[in-house]
Amino acid sequence: MSDAAPRHPAPRARAVLLALLRKELRVELRSFEAVPAMSLFSVTTFVLFHFALQRNALSGDLASGVLWVTLLFAAMLGINRLFVADAEQGGFDGFLLSPADRSVLLYSKALTLLAYLLVLELVAVPAFALLLLGPGLWPALPSLLAVLALGDLGVVVIGTLVGALAVRTSVRDLLGPMISLPLLVPVLLCAARATSPVLGAAGVGALPLRWLLTLALYDLVFALITFAVFDFLLED
Amino acid sequence: MAILAALELRGLTRRYGERLALADVTLSLPAGQTLAVLGPNGAGKTTLLRLLATLLRPHGGEVHVLGHALPAEGWAVRGRIGLLGHEPLLYRELSARENLRLHAALHGLTGEERAQELLGAVAMERRADEPLRTLSRGMVQRVAVCRALLHDPELLLLDEPRANLDPAATELVEPLIGRASGRTRVIVSHDPAGVLAEADLVLGLVRGRVAMLAAAGELDGASLAELYR
Amino acid sequence: MYGKRLRPLALTTFAALTLTLVLAFFWAPDDANQGFLQKIFYLHVPLAIVTLCGFVYAGLAAIAHLRTRDSRWDMRSYVAIHLSLVFGVGVLISGSIWAKGSWGVWWDWSEPTLVSFLLIMLLYATYQPLRFAIEDPERQARYASVFAITAGAFVPINFVIVRLSTAYLHPRVLGDISANLPGRFQVVFYLSLISMALLWITLWRYEMTSKHAGAQLRALRRALAGDEDESMPRRSAVPTLNVGSGAGGTRAGGDSVGAAR
Repeated sequence: MSDAAPRHPAPRARAVLLALLRKELRVELRSFEAVPAMSLFSVTTFVLFHFALQRNALSGDLASGVLWVTLLFAAMLGINRLFVADAEQGGFDGFLLSPADRSVLLYSKALTLLAYLLVLELVAVPAFALLLLGPGLWPALPSLLAVLALGDLGVVVIGTLVGALAVRTSVRDLLGPMISLPLLVPVLLCAARATSPVLGAAGVGALPLRWLLTLALYDLVFALITFAVFDFLLED
Repeated sequence: MAILAALELRGLTRRYGERLALADVTLSLPAGQTLAVLGPNGAGKTTLLRLLATLLRPHGGEVHVLGHALPAEGWAVRGRIGLLGHEPLLYRELSARENLRLHAALHGLTGEERAQELLGAVAMERRADEPLRTLSRGMVQRVAVCRALLHDPELLLLDEPRANLDPAATELVEPLIGRASGRTRVIVSHDPAGVLAEADLVLGLVRGRVAMLAAAGELDGASLAELYR
Repeated sequence: MYGKRLRPLALTTFAALTLTLVLAFFWAPDDANQGFLQKIFYLHVPLAIVTLCGFVYAGLAAIAHLRTRDSRWDMRSYVAIHLSLVFGVGVLISGSIWAKGSWGVWWDWSEPTLVSFLLIMLLYATYQPLRFAIEDPERQARYASVFAITAGAFVPINFVIVRLSTAYLHPRVLGDISANLPGRFQVVFYLSLISMALLWITLWRYEMTSKHAGAQLRALRRALAGDEDESMPRRSAVPTLNVGSGAGGTRAGGDSVGAAR
């Protein structure tokens, strides 16, 4: 029976990527482990900030800081959950036993984390505008979206790497944030500085390109590093 | 020198920190035959299996699986090996069909016929679309058998394959993973007497070292019991 | 293997450090603005430079480890990070003392070196817990190397970014002073830099020697104990060095100890 077994051609990366993404989507939709918690957490955090800072409306530096710190902490929840299903249900082995290109797993996880963040922001940004933001959101939106895009990339790149690093350790929920937060400080720094003028009380200021450029470069460097080292994390 | 055997190990070594998980394992298994791996807990049986599956790298010696040297040529054999271990390697939130579809994509297979055929062979067609977390352990194990065989592997690596299966399921699964399937097999088992019947070559491991390596016909229950003392 | 030339190295280091101290206190003039306190600068900046180089070296050793899978590189990386963490604490403390003495505050956010260091230390402080949380020694070494590479890349990048961010506040930069020093200051500064580097290297070699010897001792013990060696290794964050033999024979006591160095 098996002598005549046809040699299967190596799987095409796009097909594998789509299959993995479909799996991620289905698993998340059926178990709701990550996204609802992230979104709810962000709204609750805004409420906490209201009471902690004793302010009704924020603008400029303060608004920028509160928004970004909240997004970052909510992202931690997502990063913690990103690889858990695979680690616990043998997903790594199943993937490694196949002839699929290792990098595709990296892409699928990065895209999944990006999706988590996008849904998070769909909830968190309007909630922020509603609860805490002094100036209006609409005029600031285009610039804000640009910063969010670059910031998300940074979180995705570092989050995917650290998520994979932390998941098969005994204290994964602690190590994930502990390792990723220092690495994300430059992202936070650039994103916050870029956002402050956009949320200015006196109206939408110019988007400081220097910080966007720095952020983009940081994203690029760590994307390259993640790409280079990721395979080493997958082996048993 | 051409490597004709399905499995050729020479001085295979794998460390675990400063200790040896596998030490100097040497054997040769012709294609189509069955190797039984026996030994007490912690002997290195699972390590050996995972090494053959290309999930672990050897730290010393040579390993040739299906004619290819590991780890350098792992790519050439990955699609030709099936692993059935303690874990089903399936996602609980997905159904049997969805899991098999994912594995098919990972192996570059198209079409649903093979999955359908396997599900039918293990009598899981009716419940193929329910999430695995609603199924019993035995049913999940049957789906795991389908997963391991989906890409029609030449080499089967089995870690106590009949655990979690009831007698009826065992009968269903037998033609697929048993001797009659014609595939080269490596079986790790804790049932020495049972496995003797279906093995050609028997390897006994104790603390990572080869304690026994003989053709199945030359062994009896007494020599096997020695292994576990 | 690492024990050769340890003594001459240690003596040289001692001599260099002593010379530096003597010159710093008795030969270099007092700074016009800061007076005696400025001398901390001879400690703080060289310590910082050596620490950062140590972290970057650890990243390079980690790359070598991943490429060669040789556990010695992992040990080199581990010891380098270990040592640089200790030196780094010295950087933070000395920087803090200077800040207090010069500007009356123990911490100053506009001092980019201190801020960068805080971040770097927070990151590297997770190295040991990460290692300890992984039991499988081979995976522990691999993951630690991935971490060391990522963190090693982070070190210079983070420096640049933090500098950018403080550039618009009043930069009370300790580090920049080194570029504009007149004669004697420069001599003592570079001498101090060399001494600190020697100190780091000496301590690194001492620790490597110690770890190596320990591994050889354990290999000997295991060889003597042969098949009766049932002791379970304690969970540890320390890398394992593979010294002595690989696979011995299949008989008890078959492990040969391998060429003793």
